[in-house]
Amino acid sequence: MINHAKAAKAFLRNEKRTDWHDQALWFVRQKRDRAVNQLPEWEQLRETASQIKGATLSKLAHHLLEFERQALQNGVYVHWANDAEDFNRCVLKIIRKHNATKVVKSKSMLTEECHLNPFLECEGIEVVDTDLGERIIQFRNEPPSHIVLPAIHLKKEEIGELFHVKLGTEAGASDPTYLTHAACAHLREKFLQAEVAITGVNFAVAETGAVVVCTNEGNADMGVNAAKVQIHCMGIEKVIPRTADLAVFTRMLARSATGQAVTTYTSHYLKPVPGKEMHVIIVDNGRTDILKKPQFLNSLKCIRCGACMNTCPVYRRSGGHSYGSTIPGPIGSILAPGSDLKQYRDLPFASSLCGSCSNVCPVKINIHEQLYSWRQEVSSARLLRTGKSITMSVMAKILSNSSHYQAVGLIARRLLARLPRKMIYNSFNVWGLGRELPEPPASSFNQWYRQNRKNTKL
Amino acid sequence: MNHFKVTIGLFIPCYIDQFYPQVGIATLELLEKLGLDVGYPLLQTCCGQPMANSGCEKKAVKVYQKFVKNFSSFDYVVSPSGSCVYHVREHYNILEQTEQVKKVRQSTFELCEFLLDILKVDDLQIHFPHKVGIHQSCHGLRGLKIGTGSELVTKKQSKIHSLLAKAEGLEIVELDREDECCGFGGIFSIFHPDVSVKMGKDRVADHERHWAEYITATDMSCLMHLEGIIRRQNRPVKVKHIAEILNTARR
Repeated sequence: MINHAKAAKAFLRNEKRTDWHDQALWFVRQKRDRAVNQLPEWEQLRETASQIKGATLSKLAHHLLEFERQALQNGVYVHWANDAEDFNRCVLKIIRKHNATKVVKSKSMLTEECHLNPFLECEGIEVVDTDLGERIIQFRNEPPSHIVLPAIHLKKEEIGELFHVKLGTEAGASDPTYLTHAACAHLREKFLQAEVAITGVNFAVAETGAVVVCTNEGNADMGVNAAKVQIHCMGIEKVIPRTADLAVFTRMLARSATGQAVTTYTSHYLKPVPGKEMHVIIVDNGRTDILKKPQFLNSLKCIRCGACMNTCPVYRRSGGHSYGSTIPGPIGSILAPGSDLKQYRDLPFASSLCGSCSNVCPVKINIHEQLYSWRQEVSSARLLRTGKSITMSVMAKILSNSSHYQAVGLIARRLLARLPRKMIYNSFNVWGLGRELPEPPASSFNQWYRQNRKNTKL
Repeated sequence: MNHFKVTIGLFIPCYIDQFYPQVGIATLELLEKLGLDVGYPLLQTCCGQPMANSGCEKKAVKVYQKFVKNFSSFDYVVSPSGSCVYHVREHYNILEQTEQVKKVRQSTFELCEFLLDILKVDDLQIHFPHKVGIHQSCHGLRGLKIGTGSELVTKKQSKIHSLLAKAEGLEIVELDREDECCGFGGIFSIFHPDVSVKMGKDRVADHERHWAEYITATDMSCLMHLEGIIRRQNRPVKVKHIAEILNTARR
């Protein structure tokens, strides 16, 4: 089971580094603010985007089948995968069909979710993540800490050290341009050798059968154009009905994600180049289960911009890895419990429910309300920690009875006023670890009122 | 609107009742100054949010019912807490929606909201000659929309700013992050103490960087958390609930 508080505590041990992490992501949030404020129609766009996604989800099967029909007509191979295992085998089958051993990959959280890399590596296939951040964390053998900025938890000096070991850059060099050039040279080799290129999918357009991939580095294009086989992997929720709908989302994605007006590359893949092969794999992996739950299905509207992470005051101060799920932060905390409630039962509680995530979300997912609802689900499934559950039962009893409540309040205030500090501030008092308790007043408001107002209304 | 004909039920949340009676008193005095008929049901306890936010909303049903029973006879219920008001309005949906329940949910208001939207007060003639930092408590801001969240691209408004705009001698300080959460979050403050305290420290530092003498908010819970950090770290800045500042209003 994931324990977010514990992982966050470890992250916070280095306060300066936490401040740096917080500031780096806040900077992205501010860039986003500047970008969206240039569009007076921003809120209307959000509403439109949310409704397009909502309408699509309500007839998802229809749109997916239309997409499949169009893609097949374009000469694309379309595959359906029920779960991660299905998906991984499907990818392997395509690779094996071409006797390939070298694969490049770009822009796919879905392959992270399905743990495609370790699966293919076990089968003797080299998979190289080609996006800079992804490559960095692949070298480090760790998961991404952010869905758009996968290596945001690392400082340039650490990347310099890593590249010195992995790519032979100069020891102590940490100039970002120098390091990026070194990575480019290394990746160019990989692109030239690759037989198969895998990409994620940002949007799949049902009426044309095209898949659209939005990138800043252009690696999806490099991979696809160099290799003889291209595989695009998409979750079932990526489909949108029309090309016209795409215009709404491409205006929002980059602005929300990084504060750019649009991603550097918006690549449309419609059909294979003659002599080459194009595959699309449509993956469920638990998504239809979410679709069945009315209070949570909005989470499938997510376009993976990462804005909720950048704005989340908890995420910024606990780091993406503290969530222990493929997708971290607020959106991850409502997606992960849907896939494995027991494992991720702690995540809906890793939030102060401030609601900034819902406000920033370009497709208006009610993230903080879903966090609240997931808390109820955790409790209903009897997965709350025993201590918490008992405490709440006792509190509910006390607060249902006015005289019990007043008596407990009085005793608490008196004890707080009279007990020696050592007895109040100890390891049992979690509040007191970093904060003082309020100074107890002599009387409660209730007592004051009884003494000071005569015409009491009951 | 004839203020004398409506009855106001004063809802003082449990932690204000027990630890910050001065906030309850300020709220009551202010409403009385405005000529309102204010009643305080002595049997009130809590809105039930602590249980619900822990995932135990079913256990809170009795507390919800008690709240409805205590306040159903009033025209309006007013409280110096955005968070508790938000809870009554948004999360009492699990109760059977009787006329009584619906009425209480619709007529429960946070103090600033009530002053501006219902009473439509203009100048309260507040006198508070200090530099004040406004902490926008999240449930009031994004839940009750008593201000515009910084994430949104809509016309900016803030009820606290409006109420304090004409205050004599009061200077509102600008903050680097105008509406970041303080990290209280109810049970979050207990079960995620490290992140919670760090968030609070960062909020206090923002107010101090801009020379605030006081941090004010619609919610004493945020201020209780921030005050706990301020006192632990012996910081000079102080906290004051918005009701206490508004109650400096002349009669």
